[in-house]
Amino acid sequence: MNLILLKPSKENLQSYLVLGIGLLIIGFFDIISNTFFDFNITGYLPSLISYFSPLLLGALGLYFIRIEYSGNKTLDIINKNLNSNNFNAILSLIVIFILIKYVPSLLNWTFFDANFIGNTKEDCTGDGACWIFVKVWFNRFMYGMYPDAEQWRINLSFLVLLASIGSIFIFPLKFKNYIILFLLFIFPVIALNLISGGIFGLKWIETGAWGGLSLTFIVSAFALIFCFPIGVFLALGRRSDLPAIKYSSIGFIELWRGVPLITVLFMSAVMFPMFLPDGTYMDKLMRVIIAITLFEAAYMAEVVRGGLQALPRGQYDAAKSLGMGYWRMHLLIILPQALKLVIPGIANTFLALVKDTPLIFVVGLLELAGMIGLAKTNPKWLGMAAEGYVFAAFVFWVICFAMSRYSQNLEEKLSTER
Amino acid sequence: MSNIIELKNVNKWFDKFQVLKEINLEVKAKEKIVVCGPSGSGKSTLIRCINRLEEHQEGSIIVDGNEISENTKNIESIRAEVGMVFQQFNLFPHLSVLDNCSLAPIWVKKLPKKQAEELAMENLKRVQIEDQAIKFPNQLSGGQQQRAAIARALCMEPKIMLFDEPTSALDPEMIKEVLDVMVDLAKGGMTMIVVTHEMGFAKEVADNMIFMDEGRIVEKAKTNDFFENPKSDRTKLFLSQIL
Repeated sequence: MNLILLKPSKENLQSYLVLGIGLLIIGFFDIISNTFFDFNITGYLPSLISYFSPLLLGALGLYFIRIEYSGNKTLDIINKNLNSNNFNAILSLIVIFILIKYVPSLLNWTFFDANFIGNTKEDCTGDGACWIFVKVWFNRFMYGMYPDAEQWRINLSFLVLLASIGSIFIFPLKFKNYIILFLLFIFPVIALNLISGGIFGLKWIETGAWGGLSLTFIVSAFALIFCFPIGVFLALGRRSDLPAIKYSSIGFIELWRGVPLITVLFMSAVMFPMFLPDGTYMDKLMRVIIAITLFEAAYMAEVVRGGLQALPRGQYDAAKSLGMGYWRMHLLIILPQALKLVIPGIANTFLALVKDTPLIFVVGLLELAGMIGLAKTNPKWLGMAAEGYVFAAFVFWVICFAMSRYSQNLEEKLSTER
Repeated sequence: MSNIIELKNVNKWFDKFQVLKEINLEVKAKEKIVVCGPSGSGKSTLIRCINRLEEHQEGSIIVDGNEISENTKNIESIRAEVGMVFQQFNLFPHLSVLDNCSLAPIWVKKLPKKQAEELAMENLKRVQIEDQAIKFPNQLSGGQQQRAAIARALCMEPKIMLFDEPTSALDPEMIKEVLDVMVDLAKGGMTMIVVTHEMGFAKEVADNMIFMDEGRIVEKAKTNDFFENPKSDRTKLFLSQIL
């Protein structure tokens, strides 16, 4: 056959369209019958060819309908976005086939075949996920071993937190700074006292009983609040002209960056108390928070340093020439610009911090993932690891996605490239 | 009249390379000096030494009665009296033009915010960009940015103004609007040291001209003498190329 005839063009649009779409339909029919009806229409071919037959048929079909400026709008849009060349056509097909093959079974497992009603493992009869597990353990996943009767204290703290964050957007700008100061300095103290108790007639609840998602929040929040300023100071210290400050900053950063978090946590729980004078005691949770804070501060320092180095020297010159000293120059001119530049990096570090919190299980503190790990070993609920960890993944994803969106939002708001 | 700036035998090295060699310079109050010379001759370094953006290693620099050296405790208060305008404007991009101007008066001179902003508006009016006050520097043309930078320096009400090639980064069309502002300033009696290649400007305002080459002051003369009969051959060569 003459190869020119095989070249699709506008003149023989109709015939190539029919041929191409026909091949595509056969390809899709093949994959759909394969996936949903367990019937392989190309079963008589050698297994390798049979496996790839939908892809081959589809690619050939897409080749035939790849006609530029055909005049048909739909066809042009498809060609432009999915079918611009052979490589992209095959990529498009692979993605579509993967979606067809796996998304329905995933949805089946998560929703359609899943069990929601009941209270025991025996109520889970379908093939899908057993969400009863999450339902029954939900309270523990949220509050750990915190006594049920006292959980209002945690709820109240988080309500106050949400309310004050919300009020930042409602009240006029004038109050904003006060609310932020409240959130940074007063709220943590109130929340900590409220949750741990021991004053105002509140029952003392030791930190060992804290757990679940609320512990995730507590550890992350404190570590976030403290690691940021420490990181900024370390970054400034590393660029200092004073050798003592410079080299102790470098030493600190390289030490903490160079060790795995899990060993740091282990040290904080096991080794650190040995160095404390006899009779002094430091709460385990507090030690863990300090360890995570210092660990993440080292990363934060390098992120901030990146921003500081990106600023042109002229900014320093201008600030100095206006008579600003070191602190005024940095607080008013350098840091606002440098931090704005590295918002993506800061968000990165914060997300990593939140997702590092499950590691506190090594010292016996069980936040969300830790509680799930504990629940799945309960004899009544064996074999529920998938459900538990999918749930944990979902919760972490929601938290991290929210933070990520917020950071993008902030970036846009602070942009002066209008 | 006494000298407001005095440099005596100033030497400066970048590593082993000597950028300033035996600089002696006296500037009287209200005097206008234009410094010219080929690039790399140390002009910018010279004026950057005057407010210690660069450190000199030998000799003494006295600004308004204060010796500037590594022992100077109040270098910030001396810098506050010496305004500087840069080739690249160096406005603060995260602040509006108004905030650029009022920031230092608020935080360094401790003026109340309202008063500082009035002062800023006054100076923006003086450089004729008061209508750009709420914009950010990136939204301004080069000439407007440089005028904003001049206004920012003026807001500190300095006794001395240093200009480091203020028109070199500008489109030819915008040079004039900046020079006009500088001429205005000169006529108002400001003490000025200007590094520039704008010889028209030099002839109009300068009391004295300085020609530098290879880190030395080759020639210092009254403006008329400098252009009419320069003494050194190097100066003659430079002028023949630039005029």
